[in-house]
Amino acid sequence: MEIERHEYDVVVIGAGGAGLRAAIEARQQGKRTAIVCKSLFGKAHTVMAEGGAAAAMGNVNPDDNWMVHFRDTMRGGKFLNNWRMAELHAKEAPDRVWELEAWGALFDRTKDGKISQRNFGGHEYPRLAHVGDRTGLELIRTLQQRVVALQQEDYEQHGDYEAYIKVFAECTITRLLKDGDRISGAFGYWRESGSFVVLDAPAVVLATGGIGKSYVVTSNSWEYTGDGHALALLAGANLINMEFIQFHPTGMVWPPSVRGILVTESVRGDGGVLRNSAGERFMFNYIPEVFKDKYATTEEEGDRWYTDQANNRRPPELLPRDEVARAINSEVKAGRGSPQGGVFLDVSTRLPAEEIRRRLPSMYHQFKELADVDITAEPMQVGPTCHYIMGGVEVDADTGAAAVPGLFAAGEVSGGMHGSNRLGGNSLSDLLVFGRRAGAGAAAYVDALPARPKIGQEQLDEAREEALAPLQRTGENPYEVHHELQRTMNELVGIIRKAEEVSEALEVVEKLKERVRLVGAAGSRIYNPGWHLALDLRNMVLVSECVARAALLREESRGGHTRDDFPGMNPEWRRKLLVCSTADGSSITVEEKLQPAMRDDLITLFDRDELKKYLTDEEMSEFDGISK
Amino acid sequence: MSYKAKFKVWRGEGGEGKLEDFTVEVNEGEVVLDIIHRLQATQAPDLAVRWNCKAGKCGSCSMEINGKPRLGCMTRMSTFAEDETITVTPMRTFPVIKDLVTDVSFNYQKAREIPSFTPPQGVRPGEYRMQQVDVERSQEFRKCIECFMCNNICHVIRDHEENKPAFAGPRFLMRIAELDMHPYDVADRQESAQEEHGLGYCNITKCCTEVCPEHIKITDNALIPMKERVVDRKYDPLVWLGNKIFRRPK
Repeated sequence: MEIERHEYDVVVIGAGGAGLRAAIEARQQGKRTAIVCKSLFGKAHTVMAEGGAAAAMGNVNPDDNWMVHFRDTMRGGKFLNNWRMAELHAKEAPDRVWELEAWGALFDRTKDGKISQRNFGGHEYPRLAHVGDRTGLELIRTLQQRVVALQQEDYEQHGDYEAYIKVFAECTITRLLKDGDRISGAFGYWRESGSFVVLDAPAVVLATGGIGKSYVVTSNSWEYTGDGHALALLAGANLINMEFIQFHPTGMVWPPSVRGILVTESVRGDGGVLRNSAGERFMFNYIPEVFKDKYATTEEEGDRWYTDQANNRRPPELLPRDEVARAINSEVKAGRGSPQGGVFLDVSTRLPAEEIRRRLPSMYHQFKELADVDITAEPMQVGPTCHYIMGGVEVDADTGAAAVPGLFAAGEVSGGMHGSNRLGGNSLSDLLVFGRRAGAGAAAYVDALPARPKIGQEQLDEAREEALAPLQRTGENPYEVHHELQRTMNELVGIIRKAEEVSEALEVVEKLKERVRLVGAAGSRIYNPGWHLALDLRNMVLVSECVARAALLREESRGGHTRDDFPGMNPEWRRKLLVCSTADGSSITVEEKLQPAMRDDLITLFDRDELKKYLTDEEMSEFDGISK
Repeated sequence: MSYKAKFKVWRGEGGEGKLEDFTVEVNEGEVVLDIIHRLQATQAPDLAVRWNCKAGKCGSCSMEINGKPRLGCMTRMSTFAEDETITVTPMRTFPVIKDLVTDVSFNYQKAREIPSFTPPQGVRPGEYRMQQVDVERSQEFRKCIECFMCNNICHVIRDHEENKPAFAGPRFLMRIAELDMHPYDVADRQESAQEEHGLGYCNITKCCTEVCPEHIKITDNALIPMKERVVDRKYDPLVWLGNKIFRRPK
């Protein structure tokens, strides 16, 4: 059977913020670029981002700069971050945001006409460029329209919109192809027709987002099945930090069908408070030791902070997300939850109704239409939801290059930037900064290649056979296998973990692997969601195993990894990264790897007293050596 | 709390198809898209439907529910009586690929035909200064989630395939208005709106505004002002009248 074949210089998998920014960069550097996405162009999960893009532009508070942003990011990630990524991110985010404006983005403004910036958890100064509470939509639309603008330029010049950049929408990649140890292309299918497509390309940028669909309660859409994570593993690359999953503290809890859908952190940034069933602002009871001197200890001080940040400390509702999520979890467990199993998030008594509608229009809309709740008049009920994976493909900070030559990754699918916990607002800026860098990295790699790698027929035959298999079996319904995986991960490798439970999850995952090999998909190849899910299951199971194996090994609690049996942070573990790989394409091996020590000029940006909370005695004496 | 609902869902591919009957469980708080998903999981695993965010933010799950364009994820089952039969069909203006999934490439073609944001020469990134009040007009239109239901309902193309080449549809006429009202856009958009993108076909029946899930006032805030700008330029009646009056021989 004839398989459709296309040649490109760079193939970008994923059309969210990171993918589009990577593709724009590759095209701007003269590379013929394909963008492949599972959904329609412009529908990627980035549209769900609400709060904003963190960039130390200093428009609202001139004291802000990249060093403050860098420190906040490292603190938020509990010092486990790849510090070079955190540095590049903090330095380059402002340029990436300003560039969007030159491409037509319309951010909210300050009085003097600059881009307005809002407060967010873990950020010392107002830092998030935003458009109401729909910043992600603005970002995706701006990048989408930039792609179109480039296509229009190409049309002028070559008479073909798609001469240099083409979007393969509703197309799923199932395998990366290699020539020896180098990437040579990608194999996938059109969702619409079920027919196969081969993209012959020396460089592939993964920008596929996260893995949330392995959990029942998640803010993520169906696309988040860990495809990039799995494709990288199967191609021989490594994943790091897979045990760190961010449970966003505020997801909707009711009605059941929307459980998990995000309630933006801006609600708290703009004054919203969390209360338990007794009406108590319980976050004051959950300020951890490492943050004691940075947060208000009384409601009065916290409230004053909104208008006078110079003389007051911020309210604990704005602690990093991992802290808030755990606190909500504890309140609910202690029986102080709301009627529908969350806690109360109230903005109605804090801001005038008109102001709420202006600042949080899509939250107002979402609660009104989905839950019949008027957030200007009554509190919302919220609880933790699986939101973001800090872990992902191990990459070179400067170029986004993975261990496999020709493979690059950016955005949520890459690992390291956020350490053990991501700050809100650092995701949109991450995908702009590292999307651009991965696109540039891929372009430079292609320029330096002596010869174009080739695609072997054998790999194509294998990929084709693997993809067709579920259609040729009359096996178990893939939806049932998926539900069992989601329940298992949610219950046993969720927000609070224990060795026995994680081990139990691994046993279940082992059995699920076998069931995945036997699932069947009824119907034809034309737009068949049962078949698509059957193929996605391979990825979800692989990635879930990485999460569970790493979670079992890391015997401490840090950021998005909380072990009930090891409740504290352990400085010895801070320097260790857990690296997942697979030799046989099915079972996962995890190895420990030391994270390089922070560069001298970066570590000396911190106070000794703060570092002491995270570093080992040995590291502290090294620090004392430097700072003398 | 749960009950069995009767559904009629359009199923078919390759130009053929029919409504199929289903009886399916409905639980408290569910939306139409939940029911479609339940059908997939229990009765029709290959039932095709587009969806992504399930929170009214991505505009993927556009369909016609009892003949009205709606987002499946934002249509609560509690808005129907329990004994009501609910009919779900694909968007009518675009060719069906399979079941509830249509070929919306028309919209992507139209998007490409509209010249992109054109800033003035010499303004560097970081130097843009705009007042909130000036960006708000275009910001309203940038709330658009591209569900394409406005283009689907617009009678200019809903039953008139022949108008499609000459008409960008409300979505993209609004995009022109958005750019025309952008404080830094310098391209001339008024003449082309009329001459190339079919603004004149719109006779302001406001169907697009009625179906917009983002509640954007497409007709009042984008299309009518755009028409006025075009008219101002072509033949301003006051200027015309003024000329008549003041040029009278004394």
